[in-house]
Amino acid sequence: MRSTKALPYFLLAPATVFLVVFFLYPFVLVAIDAFTKGGAVTLDNFRTMTSNWKFSETFRNTMLLAAVVVPIQLAMALSMATIVSKLSTGRSAILYIFAIPLGLSDLAAGLIWLAIFEQSGFLNSWLVSLGLIDKPIMFLGYQNKWVIFIAVVLAEVWRATAIMMVILVAGMGLIPKEYYEAAEVFGASPWKRFVKVTLPLLRPSLQTALILRVILAFEVFAVVAALAGTQFPVLMGETYHWQFALQDRGVAAAFAMLILVISIAFTLLLLYLLRVPKEARL
Amino acid sequence: MTVVTNDLPAVPAAVTDARKAGSGLLIACIVVLCVWVLLPIYLLLVNALSSPAEVTSFPKRMIPSFDFGSLSFFLNFQGVGKALWNSVVVALLTMVLSIGIGAPAGYALSRFDFPGKEAFRFLVLMTRAFPLPLLALPLAVLFIRTGLDDTAFGLAIVHTTLSLPFAVLITFSLFSGIPVELEEAAWTLGCNRWQAFRKVVLPLALPGIAASAVFAFTISWNEVFAAAVLTIENRTLTAFLLQSINVSPLYLKFAGGAALVVPALIFIFAVRKYLFAMWGIANR
Repeated sequence: MRSTKALPYFLLAPATVFLVVFFLYPFVLVAIDAFTKGGAVTLDNFRTMTSNWKFSETFRNTMLLAAVVVPIQLAMALSMATIVSKLSTGRSAILYIFAIPLGLSDLAAGLIWLAIFEQSGFLNSWLVSLGLIDKPIMFLGYQNKWVIFIAVVLAEVWRATAIMMVILVAGMGLIPKEYYEAAEVFGASPWKRFVKVTLPLLRPSLQTALILRVILAFEVFAVVAALAGTQFPVLMGETYHWQFALQDRGVAAAFAMLILVISIAFTLLLLYLLRVPKEARL
Repeated sequence: MTVVTNDLPAVPAAVTDARKAGSGLLIACIVVLCVWVLLPIYLLLVNALSSPAEVTSFPKRMIPSFDFGSLSFFLNFQGVGKALWNSVVVALLTMVLSIGIGAPAGYALSRFDFPGKEAFRFLVLMTRAFPLPLLALPLAVLFIRTGLDDTAFGLAIVHTTLSLPFAVLITFSLFSGIPVELEEAAWTLGCNRWQAFRKVVLPLALPGIAASAVFAFTISWNEVFAAAVLTIENRTLTAFLLQSINVSPLYLKFAGGAALVVPALIFIFAVRKYLFAMWGIANR
């Protein structure tokens, strides 16, 4: 059985080598940037980061955005995946339409929602033609921060729900039909079947989808940049700002470390909450 | 016990009524969701297919005037065609790299228990947890030293660090969902490990692998920041757009957005069969 023992390492070797060279090594360089200044080990970069007047707002915005966007996306992705798996006619067309935002850049998504929310945009046109307002409102100005927030939430939900949906559709496809038939024989309602059969058996896919989505939510950048410019600071935007506008790689690296810590914390939490016991694997 | 055949289930009238109401609701949901997905794209295309003057005028019409002023201005912008080509090359390289490296790792994680497994999983997740943009900066220095700077392959490597964890996680989830007993049955029937994988597991997993290839391509196609940092002469479309978009008027932004969106629509359309086949697994 020697070959079987070596096989997993053989299969993992390319990925491991790739990650060590192109991830771990540059990662170490960024960590060094964050914890040093002028060659000396220091926490100055972190102090500069947290003492900036924008920092608490930036942090709050990012967390709030993730807290609002991810649950909405989970509910929508589950509904969409359930609908797709129920269809008998036109399913490939519907699946294609639902999956469209998956192929779109966050930059493009930001521009798409900019077309709706800008001052001469479609939302203002509709509101005026319905007689609700007299003249166009500047939705994306500093005096309408909550509208900016809603616009960013809509753009994020619109853009990134499809990624979760496709993972969940794939996962649902792998659940044997017999379980549903058995549940139906015992008189389980569609909702009961969803809660008692689909959700538990979907756990590996749910875990994958949620981890991908939560981490991406902390990295929101181009959508915000296109819709709000600098009026709605988020962690990634500030990282970019410190890196290029303020030319301070150390503070930018400190921001990166902060995003990293939040992301890892939530990943571990999801791994724990949605763990699949080996005996329960399909 | 009676034998109920699959094509002729005995359904009472009340259940049929309930199903009809249910399907009405289902259709309503589908229509709403389709409008939700398609309308914003349509509005962007309306803007892209209007003249520059119409884009900045108010109020907006819902029907495009099919004036190609905005688009031709954008397309005649120097370097757009080359940027498009660069984007495709980088995305294809990323797709091949991440599936070629990621799928074996996903399979190993799903089928074996071995020392170091959790460490590898953690490494993969940590990769994804780290913001790529900052990673691109030390890599830029590294690439200049090795001659990979400003090349499609160099950028594809960075995009692969971004898409590889997707590929590993998705293929892991996928292979985990395929019962190991199927493989064991194939071994009993005389297949070796590779044959069993190729003849039993791969056909079941292929649609999902295709889906994760879609992710890899999409991630690369959509990526803005690393592309902007790592390419100078060989800019991809997103990097090119970002570079010109900061100084461009609304009609150029929307034409550029449309140029990003339309190829993406075509690409997703081209792989729609794989998405459909993924659904088909449920009918086994």
